[in-house]
Amino acid sequence: MNAQTGFQTSDKTSARERLVVIGNGMAGCRAVEEILALEPDRYAITIFGAEPRVNYNRIMLSPVLAGEKSFDEIVINGEDWYAENAIKLVAGDPVVHIDREAQQVVSRGGVIESYDKLLIATGSDPFVIPVPGKDLDGVVTFRDLDDVETMLEAANTSSKAVVIGGGLLGLEAAHGLSLRGMEVSVLHLMPTLMERQLDEAAGYLLKSELEGRGMEILTGADTGEIIERDGRVGGVKLKDGTQIEADLVVMAVGIRPNGTLAKASGVEVERGIVVDDNMVTSDPNILAVGECVQHRGECYGLVAPLWDMCRTLAAGLVASPKPYEGSVTSTKLKVSGVDLFSAGDFSGGEDCEDIVMRDASRGIYKRVVVKDDKVIGAVLYGDTADGNWYFDLLKKEEDVSEIREALIFGQAFASGGVTLDPKAAVAALSDDAEICGCNGVSKSQVVGCIQEGANSVDAVRSTCKASASCGSCTDLVESLLALTLGDEVEESAQTMCGCTSFGHDDVRKAIVERGYKSIPEVMQEMHWSTPDGCSKCRPALNYYLLCAWPGEYVDDQKSRFVNERLHANIQKDGTYSVVPRMWGGVTNPRELRAIADVTEKFGARMVKVTGGQRLDIFGIKKEDLPAVWADLNAAGMVSGHAYGKSLRTVKTCVGSEWCRFGTQDSTGLGIKLEQMSWGSWMPHKFKMAVSGCPRNCAEATIKDFGVICVESGYEIHIGGNGGIKVRVTDLIDRVETEEEALELSAAFIQLYREDAWYLERTAPWVERKGLEWVKSQLFDDPATVPALAERFRYSQSFMQDDPWAQRAAGARHDLHSHVGSISAGPPEDGAIIAVEPAE
Amino acid sequence: MSATTPDWVSICAATSIEPGMAGTVPVEGADEIAIFHTIGGEFYALVNKCPHKGGPLSQGIVHGDNVSCPLHNWRISLTSGEALGEDEGCTPTIPLKVEDELIWLDRTAILAGQKV
Repeated sequence: MNAQTGFQTSDKTSARERLVVIGNGMAGCRAVEEILALEPDRYAITIFGAEPRVNYNRIMLSPVLAGEKSFDEIVINGEDWYAENAIKLVAGDPVVHIDREAQQVVSRGGVIESYDKLLIATGSDPFVIPVPGKDLDGVVTFRDLDDVETMLEAANTSSKAVVIGGGLLGLEAAHGLSLRGMEVSVLHLMPTLMERQLDEAAGYLLKSELEGRGMEILTGADTGEIIERDGRVGGVKLKDGTQIEADLVVMAVGIRPNGTLAKASGVEVERGIVVDDNMVTSDPNILAVGECVQHRGECYGLVAPLWDMCRTLAAGLVASPKPYEGSVTSTKLKVSGVDLFSAGDFSGGEDCEDIVMRDASRGIYKRVVVKDDKVIGAVLYGDTADGNWYFDLLKKEEDVSEIREALIFGQAFASGGVTLDPKAAVAALSDDAEICGCNGVSKSQVVGCIQEGANSVDAVRSTCKASASCGSCTDLVESLLALTLGDEVEESAQTMCGCTSFGHDDVRKAIVERGYKSIPEVMQEMHWSTPDGCSKCRPALNYYLLCAWPGEYVDDQKSRFVNERLHANIQKDGTYSVVPRMWGGVTNPRELRAIADVTEKFGARMVKVTGGQRLDIFGIKKEDLPAVWADLNAAGMVSGHAYGKSLRTVKTCVGSEWCRFGTQDSTGLGIKLEQMSWGSWMPHKFKMAVSGCPRNCAEATIKDFGVICVESGYEIHIGGNGGIKVRVTDLIDRVETEEEALELSAAFIQLYREDAWYLERTAPWVERKGLEWVKSQLFDDPATVPALAERFRYSQSFMQDDPWAQRAAGARHDLHSHVGSISAGPPEDGAIIAVEPAE
Repeated sequence: MSATTPDWVSICAATSIEPGMAGTVPVEGADEIAIFHTIGGEFYALVNKCPHKGGPLSQGIVHGDNVSCPLHNWRISLTSGEALGEDEGCTPTIPLKVEDELIWLDRTAILAGQKV
């Protein structure tokens, strides 16, 4: 250290103005290059650098780590450059003091240099999360060549690395270490990798790709501490208690502009060193460029803005000012084999239009955001060939209304001039052009089957199979239908929602047959036209996945309607109602006392007997829900799921135990039915009832599943509804024992769970499928009922865990608490002053 | 942006609201504020009240830059507060910024919505 690699100034430079540059990195040297290009003899230049080496390309450290480049290859300016331009380099000796009065800087090694103009280009510092163990040996950041060398050393001697941070830098570090043979785990705080640059869909693709390369990616991972082992780093412990072993921990969670030196000398610093449009700081003789500056409120961590700043700086110093107006940035990930591009604003918003194209078979996702006929953002994954074209359109703010229809297909297609109308483009295709890649169907085959009578997308799918697999050619098939038939095209079958061209059945089938396991996966593989779905498809997909993969799929809370998220029913005033389960409608003094106590304790305004034979407590605030549940749990009660697309109630009459007409123990059977099926999620709400005789006091013939007890056994009814459109049940079987009734109930519920569309009650489902279909599904093969019932019981083995008890014990506390509050200030000014962030 | 200079107050850490969800901030003497975190990663703040029947928007499903009100499924734009589609109405938006990993709201705008 402190090795002074000085290149002596020659005599002829002594008369020049003196420019001192603090920072020998990309920004500092680039600024000098720009100045030299405009007026080589203007300044006598001295550059101070903290690192003991010449100017190198910091953004190429990733390829060095990955072994794709050597250090020599990433040097921008070697020693000869400093010599040729008579620049004095003080390397490995950082400036520690700026004396603005005397216009001098002082280095740690005691070098004093006077300046006429001072340029600060101190860059940024890696942000180290303040957790215990952060200073242990083996914990590094990823900022300079020393860090890379430490990492390479670790890769030679040990095997396990943890990278904290799944952003651009973290993933590049992970990739490099993985190529160097280390087992790498990436811990990312947010649910989506690179969430600043990618949306959920592209983040999902990236995660799958990296996992496929053997990396372990943990999202939502909040680091609690770094664990010590034998005096150095041994692993990472997450806040949820998970431990991950590690011989090396790389912190790559972000960077902070380095304004320390500037601030200490009294130059204005906010998040970064504040500069005007000419890169001048609050001191007119001090300028700043690069990652250390804050310009118009923005700090940049990418390289492109730096070039723009340096150009402005040089113009201002030696020629006429050329103001810097901020930069629009784009990002490419430097991980070989991963094509990823993002630019501009793709968060969507008012008047923004999302154009999305997905090609699952090639792993491609493209999204372009258009606002006021201009491209304002783009995310490309898998095929980034058009990234620069979109970026160009974006920067130039070009009007794209003329090429709007073809924009997403890329430059080659959109700029072709003659093919602006997609229909015209399809018409221009040759007869043997392939329309459907999945099933190898040519244009002439599609047209042929349309001419033979297939007059809808569905009909085409079922005849020649075009667009029947991944669906990405649906638009092409629709164009061919329109071209061939004109107005005679039939509207295709009901789709799930506006986000997809597929119907509920197609999606359910694909989930099961192709093994889709998450919402982003379904959206990607089935070419959703929106980035993250809508309030129709998200809850439906969540249910379909939950039904298909019991015990495996993790419920997505953000895809749940409020009632299911909060396990209570929202009321018009924003408060909630709470309905504890009363098995078969039977209660006791202890439960009634607990309900009475809760009502008083939490100021509930009303208690109402429901149509389902239980009590509904109204007017509970969302913050009070966990405490209410704890009290009800203490009296032995669990959630009644009165809020869910799930089993609601089993209504019973008193049956043979008390009633002089009762033929069987209807109350007992009702309780058994409820105990078997509570907690299950369904396509819609599901109600049952058991009546002890044909007088039917429990109204079993307007329930989804009803049992009427008779002397000889039990009549089984299905598909009833007492709602908007009353439907009386259909009798499907008569059985002799309670066990058979229970088995048939389980089988019917499972058939409904596996087949019905989301938000379809059993009544319309039975109408749509036909009673004969339901019977034939259940009874044609004697093995079916036991198999369905078994699948239901298996699913139930994961579901009968009272959600209220979990919440009362503190689970998802965030859903029931405020993130902060604002209270009124002192009466004299009436202002709001105190802000108390939540824990 | 309002004509007056924003008066920023910090509310909570940006990580305290997960993407696709919303957090609530009660305000003494004025309407509760809802802070939304979209799946795309953006933050928005609105008065926590649907223009239709006053439903708590914070409890709706967030998709793209919209939220569907939990009461009657009105779709509200998080950027403008306007009801989308056939419906008409507007919920006040509150200027918000994320800085130093904290969420900040404009106190002036919150005051403007103070109940009389």
